[in-house]
Amino acid sequence: MVERVLPRRTANLSAGGFAIAVAVGALIIVSAGDVAPSVQRLADGFPRLANLVDRMMPPNTDAEFLTRVFWRILETFQIALVGTAIGLIISLPIAWLAARGVTPLGVFGYAFKALVSLFRTVPDLVWALLFVAAVGLGAVAGTLTIIVDTIGFCGRFFAEAMEDADKQSQEALAAHGASRFSILCSAVIPDAMPSMINTGLFALEMAVRSSVVLGLVGAGGIGQELKVAFDLFQYQNASAIILAIFIIVLVMEFVTDRLRALIQ
Amino acid sequence: MVSMEQDSIIRTSGFAKSYAPGVPVLRDLDIEIRPRERIALIGANGTGKSTLLKCLIGLLPGSDGTVSALGETFSGSPSKAQLRRIRLQIGFVFQHHGLVRQLSVLSNVTHGMLGYPGSWRAAIQVMAPAEWRIRAMEALSAVNLEAKALERADALSGGQQQRVAIARALIRRPRLMIADEPAASLDPSAGRDVMTVFSRLASEQGITLLYTSHDMEHAVSYSDRIIALKDGRVHFDQASSSVSQSMLSEVFDG
Repeated sequence: MVERVLPRRTANLSAGGFAIAVAVGALIIVSAGDVAPSVQRLADGFPRLANLVDRMMPPNTDAEFLTRVFWRILETFQIALVGTAIGLIISLPIAWLAARGVTPLGVFGYAFKALVSLFRTVPDLVWALLFVAAVGLGAVAGTLTIIVDTIGFCGRFFAEAMEDADKQSQEALAAHGASRFSILCSAVIPDAMPSMINTGLFALEMAVRSSVVLGLVGAGGIGQELKVAFDLFQYQNASAIILAIFIIVLVMEFVTDRLRALIQ
Repeated sequence: MVSMEQDSIIRTSGFAKSYAPGVPVLRDLDIEIRPRERIALIGANGTGKSTLLKCLIGLLPGSDGTVSALGETFSGSPSKAQLRRIRLQIGFVFQHHGLVRQLSVLSNVTHGMLGYPGSWRAAIQVMAPAEWRIRAMEALSAVNLEAKALERADALSGGQQQRVAIARALIRRPRLMIADEPAASLDPSAGRDVMTVFSRLASEQGITLLYTSHDMEHAVSYSDRIIALKDGRVHFDQASSSVSQSMLSEVFDG
């Protein structure tokens, strides 16, 4: 029988690689000791959670309360919808200015890339706190937060879609003397459109989810009602609100999924 | 206009181009292209055909000598205003069609109007003025693709797409049509098809045609005159009918 030389099952691990693996493992174990829930804590917490759930049941179905929740949910939707719409409109020119090879600003386009990164890396609750401080409690602060959130998300992915747009058509139009703006409208945007619509739908989905929690810091919407319910120990109200949130997020995901399927 | 017709479309004298000092890509070029001529520009790879095309219309600066193109004379680079006036009289076709895939054939043809005043309306055919839509349909009928006007560009075959690119150049009603290897990425029958459309349009509409090709048959069959480049100089410049097979082989084999 011919002796076969089999390929090794594993690649050789270098000394450096082994050291890094050990270090990462140690870091996880040490950190877990500091912050992970101990068995004791879990054991203590569980009855308390059960007690809380018990006090939440049954959810409040009082007509007057549900009407208030309905209007708050409507407000949440409005924050998400208006914030996303305005954010999408502002994202387009920002993405154009930030997209490498498409921007008319050359290397200064990086300034807009940095701006978009800033919008994205600061968490939405922090933006909401800033806007509540600036324009006061209520839905306007929430809408401003969603606008910034949407620009942070769409600004980046719109720019990437524009960078990936077919170069040959752009070159053909440039040869005929088309301006950068004409090339953007005629070739770059049509080519990037399917990807941008997809991104826009994701942005809307994310906006609904984040507009739900913005109320926790006073930026309008259903979150405000949830915070009041917890603060006043009205757990039956809280459970009704949580159910309502669950339903709207589910509906939103279903709708955007269907829209995406429709477009493809 | 009558006197313009007598003038040459392009004329160079003592033209040279080098990318680095002392390393000329093109030199001692005295070329004249007259109205309604169909010129094939041939040469082995790397002999500077594409560079010459760009220099002739001012898209690349020359290093020495002068160029007269479509009524504008310049040495080195043309002024911005000159370049704009030159471009408005030219239609371009490239090896790759360069159509916008997601848009309709008709929108792609109206794109040819980009670069003209008010041209933002050429971005999609829906916004285009009625006159441009008429011109676009005329251009499509010239390449026998009227029936495909509202189909998406990426639904067409390679040869059809290249004919749409020709229509996009044609809508400009150019005096000069420049085509850089227009049939090189097509199969032989689609390639012949595209070249036939070119030479027919040139003679029917009085357009001067300047194209490059590395296909001997395309160079000979669809042109009136062949300009052959070798080592950066004009190797021969004579009527296509008088060019022999051996002369062509000599050029293409480097």
